Amino acid sequence: MKKEKPNTLPPEGALGDVGKGGGVRKRIVGSSTFGVAIILLALCIILTITTGDKFLSSENFLSVFRQFSFTAIMAIGVCLVIITGGIDLSLGSVYAFSGVMSGIAMHWWNLGTAGGLAVGALSGICFGFANGLFITKLQLPPFIATLGTMSIARGVAHGITGGYPISKLERGFKFIGQGYIAGIPAPIVLLVILAVITSFCLRKTILGRHIYAVGGNEEAARVSGVRVDRVKLFVYAFSGLMASIAGMATAARLGVAQSTAGDGMEMDAIAACIIGGASVTGGVGNILGPILGAAIMGVLKNGLVLLSISAYWQKAVMGAVIIIAVTADCMRNRKK
Amino acid sequence: MQREVLRMVGINKSFPGVKALNDISLTVEEGEVLALIGENGAGKSTLMKILSGVYTMDSGEIYVSGQPVHIDSPLSATSIGISIIYQELNQMPNLSIAENIFMGREKASFKFLSNKAAMEREAEGLVKQVGLHVGVSTLIGSLSIAQRQMVEVAKALSMNAKIIIMDEPTSSLTDRENEILMDIIRGLRERGVSVVFISHKLNEIFQISDRITVLRDGKNVGTVRTSESDEQQLIEMMVGRSIAEIYPPPLGSKTEETVLQVENICTSLLKNVSFSLQKGEILGFSGLVGAGRTELMNAIFGVDRMSGGAIMVEGQKINVHCPNDAIDHGIGFVPEDRKLKGLIMGMTVRDNITLACLAMISKKNVINQKAEGGVATEYVQKLNIKTPGIEQTVQNLSGGNQQKVVVSKWLTTRPKILILDEPTRGIDVGAKKEIYTLMRQLTAQGMSIIMVSSELSEILGMSDRIIVMHDGTVKGELPGESATQQAIMQLILKDSSQQVQQKGVEE
Repeated sequence: MKKEKPNTLPPEGALGDVGKGGGVRKRIVGSSTFGVAIILLALCIILTITTGDKFLSSENFLSVFRQFSFTAIMAIGVCLVIITGGIDLSLGSVYAFSGVMSGIAMHWWNLGTAGGLAVGALSGICFGFANGLFITKLQLPPFIATLGTMSIARGVAHGITGGYPISKLERGFKFIGQGYIAGIPAPIVLLVILAVITSFCLRKTILGRHIYAVGGNEEAARVSGVRVDRVKLFVYAFSGLMASIAGMATAARLGVAQSTAGDGMEMDAIAACIIGGASVTGGVGNILGPILGAAIMGVLKNGLVLLSISAYWQKAVMGAVIIIAVTADCMRNRKK
Repeated sequence: MQREVLRMVGINKSFPGVKALNDISLTVEEGEVLALIGENGAGKSTLMKILSGVYTMDSGEIYVSGQPVHIDSPLSATSIGISIIYQELNQMPNLSIAENIFMGREKASFKFLSNKAAMEREAEGLVKQVGLHVGVSTLIGSLSIAQRQMVEVAKALSMNAKIIIMDEPTSSLTDRENEILMDIIRGLRERGVSVVFISHKLNEIFQISDRITVLRDGKNVGTVRTSESDEQQLIEMMVGRSIAEIYPPPLGSKTEETVLQVENICTSLLKNVSFSLQKGEILGFSGLVGAGRTELMNAIFGVDRMSGGAIMVEGQKINVHCPNDAIDHGIGFVPEDRKLKGLIMGMTVRDNITLACLAMISKKNVINQKAEGGVATEYVQKLNIKTPGIEQTVQNLSGGNQQKVVVSKWLTTRPKILILDEPTRGIDVGAKKEIYTLMRQLTAQGMSIIMVSSELSEILGMSDRIIVMHDGTVKGELPGESATQQAIMQLILKDSSQQVQQKGVEE
């Protein structure tokens, strides 16, 4: 019977070869990230044709890249949350709060660049961690918990600054927004570093696997020995940290920390994830997706400016893009 | 001579990569119960989904009462008198019985105002016909599964169904609820309604059906009169080979060494449950659904909190606060519901198999992907999991192979104690036998197994000892070799009659 000779089925192509050769190509072409990359490429080609070399000039290109890198950094953070099946609405507010806190650390408390960065990052982590506690210990739905902290973070930022911008930032601090490393704007370098690290963690480490497991089926993950609460605490804290990095980089770029910064930016970051192929039901997504998603939105905004279409129309176009991108993804999945 | 109500001729249906149905023909007579059986993936559900308009067939013809019909949507199926009751009932728990019965075809006054009174009046009559004695304004969510099935039957009747298809209706019923359902089916038969009954449970099929049609690999391998057939014949037809014995004989691996000692476990449902497990034995847990067996296993494994009691592994008291603690002490747990708790359906075979043993194949938290692939491949071969590759997502596997993936996941942790809760639920005979054989092999290697099962034949065929539970307590213990179905039922029944008396006193 079957038991005695288990070799009847498995050997040859069935097992070892998957994940190599043709399998990889099929997986890449079939993946939603590939689709997003194609859309981005098509968009760039259209803009190159319609605007001449204006779009393609290295000056414009780097400026577009730098512009969307802030959104992309936030998107990386919230992407992990979305993979676990959660959502983080507090991003935009935490982004402003962290920027303001780093400004206060430098301007009021004279802690210098390092102190500013530390205080800013810590504020983001604290808010993220609080989100995580509300969601795991108090069992609040992520939407509600982060809706609350979204308002709290914004309110506190307004409150402690009295609404005034903080403009005397340290030179070293400003470097992360304004500087260049080997001719490449610092925020872009920052984005690439963060993306590589996060992607590595997500794909190669136990924690990364557990993040996918929690999003795929929380109960099964728990029964399999995954400490679900710890995983969730981590992803929300991480999301807060990413928001704070983006917030500080923006403050550094503008040379001013404002409590009004990043209003509605959580939606851009979440949209970037969705366009990039993450599923709001969890379990699916990667790091390249949200970056490409943010790139599509950045390029599109730039294109509208270059084509001298009024900025008032931007939001309508962005919304349409989200719907088109998700529809395309759904249709492809249905075909499978 | 009975009239033929349904004839399906030469039905073909392909899915990408699979020929699901291959030239299937089938007839149903008026007022008969036709059982449709076959292993998982044989095509039963696909065939019924074509009949009820969920799928469209590639080729073939369907005749109802001699007339050719064209079924292209669930609506067209119901309009010609075909209703289907699914395994997972699709009802709205927040709406009433009457509202569910008339879902999508509400009665209206002036075309738009919902006429609640008319619907409730008609629903009342229907509900009585199926023997459900509950007010029709009761919310569906507050009914038991058996009652909810009765509502579905009432709904089918309200649509003047000539043919009612039931897709594994008994898989989540208790024995008593099961009896009620059998009565309903008999009632339907008397009214001249034909029932197509899909089930894995052969004893039910013998109890209720007139004829049995067996499918295998998308083909109709034959139809037999129930009265002229026996279990052995049906199993052979289903698997296409003779299975001399489903349950492999014990290998005499049971020892007297106690591996697990459970003392006075209490939860909201369990009352002072104690038992012990010996090295190399299979300990069966029998009882009705809701007896507390699954709750006991959940408590031991740390899925649920216990309010009192102690667990000792190899004489050492252990504290289990979460599944992780149990795993660390060498316990593995294959839960009852593999889709809800056993597997991450969207993940690959590899990821599911290695989920519980990642720490063993990682260095500083970085997973060694080569080792991971090796582990997954090893278990795919060892357990004969039929999959195109370890990168296949588990939702594309059949039930039996999915279950083998769950078992593999726990074997990778090299447990001393393996808890199997309903290990063969919803899987086909061939895969069942493979799991039984594996269980014997594991005990021979010194593993101890706890098996919770609602299938008495499985409990009797596999257990070294049998513990009978009822109402959150242990009712008694029987030795495996001499236990009988009657002995188990007696232990349960003795208790429930007491319980009824008690309840009477309380009220």
